[in-house]
Amino acid sequence: MNLKFIDRLKAQWQLQAMVWPGILLMIIFSFIPMFGLIIAFQDYSPLDGFRNSEFVGLDNFKAFLGDSDFYNVLTNTIGISLLKLLIGFPLEIVLAILINELRTGPFKKFSQTVSYLPHFLSWVILGGMFITWLSSSGLVNSLLMALHLTNDPIPFLTNPNGYWWVATLSDIWKEVGWGTILYLAAMAGIDPSLYEAARVDGAKKLKQIRYITLPGISHIIVLMFVLRVGSVLGSNLEQALVLQNGSNIHRSEVIDLYVYHLGLTQGDFSFATAVGIFSSVVSVILLLGANFLTKRVNDSSIF
Amino acid sequence: MPLERGERWFQIFNVIFMCIFVAVIIFPLINVIALSLNDGYDAMKGGIYLYPRKFTLVNYETILRDHTIYRALGVTVMKTLVGVAGHLVITGMAAYAMSKSNLIGRKLFIRLGIISMFFYGGLIPTFLVIKSLGLANHFLVYVIPVLYSFYDMIILMNFFRGLPDSIEESAKIDGASVFQIFFKIVMPLSLPVFATIALFHGVYQWNDFFVAKLYVTDKSLYPIQYYLYQLLTSTGAANASKAGVYISKAFTTQSLQQATMIITTLPIMLVYPFLQKYFISGMLVGGVKE
Repeated sequence: MNLKFIDRLKAQWQLQAMVWPGILLMIIFSFIPMFGLIIAFQDYSPLDGFRNSEFVGLDNFKAFLGDSDFYNVLTNTIGISLLKLLIGFPLEIVLAILINELRTGPFKKFSQTVSYLPHFLSWVILGGMFITWLSSSGLVNSLLMALHLTNDPIPFLTNPNGYWWVATLSDIWKEVGWGTILYLAAMAGIDPSLYEAARVDGAKKLKQIRYITLPGISHIIVLMFVLRVGSVLGSNLEQALVLQNGSNIHRSEVIDLYVYHLGLTQGDFSFATAVGIFSSVVSVILLLGANFLTKRVNDSSIF
Repeated sequence: MPLERGERWFQIFNVIFMCIFVAVIIFPLINVIALSLNDGYDAMKGGIYLYPRKFTLVNYETILRDHTIYRALGVTVMKTLVGVAGHLVITGMAAYAMSKSNLIGRKLFIRLGIISMFFYGGLIPTFLVIKSLGLANHFLVYVIPVLYSFYDMIILMNFFRGLPDSIEESAKIDGASVFQIFFKIVMPLSLPVFATIALFHGVYQWNDFFVAKLYVTDKSLYPIQYYLYQLLTSTGAANASKAGVYISKAFTTQSLQQATMIITTLPIMLVYPFLQKYFISGMLVGGVKE
């Protein structure tokens, strides 16, 4: 039997040679770091390596759970994510429906092209653009003052209390169009005869949307919702990195950036890794929880 | 069928809404172009919307006089080209092998891949692995860690499974090796899905600056996005403006930033409309499976 297995392996050596470079890369860059998580339970020092560093159990976890900075960062991460979820998520669905209802033609194509565009620009570029638009002599303040909505320029990026809104709205501006693409794909799969029948029965546009379009894309809505809930703690690191400044740091520091600052700027590898583990574990719990709930309520789930 | 009155109102409302939406996306972008073409000190007074008030090319001249930007552009072009080619070959080959149900170890590889999507070693352990491999301050740090993507592998694998077997069969009878079949027959047949993944990975490579921030201290290896990032955090602004100090005083840090943003964005803007039809059909291949 063993011989047979080796013969089969020999016969498909070319296929094996094709798959192994990828598998090896996955082992090196995904699985070996997972073993590296052990440093969260150590007082890791790069000189000793993770074999010789002292084992400290849950001390690192206890340390950040007793740290007031940590709760501030957690509040920021969840606050910004929830704003994005509450505003951005429904907006994507509304936008997808409106694009879908446009008559096929150049305007529809143009609208789609434009709406996807910001997704392809990096946060460095957009960060720079938002700093420009939101500056005291920038586009937004110029417009507000020209319309006499405000007399003095609003310091959007240096006012810590406004940062959550800046982060939320700038992210929505970048991603809302791109977010429509899967909904549009799902809508394209709805049987057109359903709309014909509804029209014959006298259903108006809004009723058609309510009773045909929305049910037709409900499985995608559930899927996206579950994934969104699962990524509540994964607030955008690059966005925070470019929009953060000395004045708004209290409101703009999010978990991913906190891990980066603690670990790589301050060299506290073990502590930062512990925070990272906490964030991953909570994310998986949220993902599974949201999936469980939608299964209960809607009878559809992603697993 | 003629439109009913309610439906017509809906259409009118819809078109107006979409016009506003398109304007909200496009006008700010045009605003940056206008600012990049305007005298920096004049721009500080505000009130510039869609076209420059005091036209000048001095921002661009100043930036393009700084030699480090050409290096940074070169690094970015290289990492995008090498990264995309490598990613397509490594991920594509794996996907092709995985599309064969008789592949030994197939189930295990899929399970490992799914685990890797849910559990992530995190920033610090990954950082330590990449450092210990000696990839820091090496061009390949941009390319090697992202050669294989399980997600892209699944998309490609599903596509390959839909290809007709008969073409491969006849090539096999003619004595073609598995490698020849993959590179000469399967890859050309799968152009749309490869183009999609090339676009996504290309955009990732073009846009990424965080890898450079984490692992690269050698200035000659900085990509253009990191150059811009430094300009924005204004450590780099002093360097760039030193290069242009002999031209005039018509620029400010901000106006230089705006010109650099436009230069950095231009390549994506030029490529994007041509690849759009590919990525939409490609998204459909991978995204919605019922």
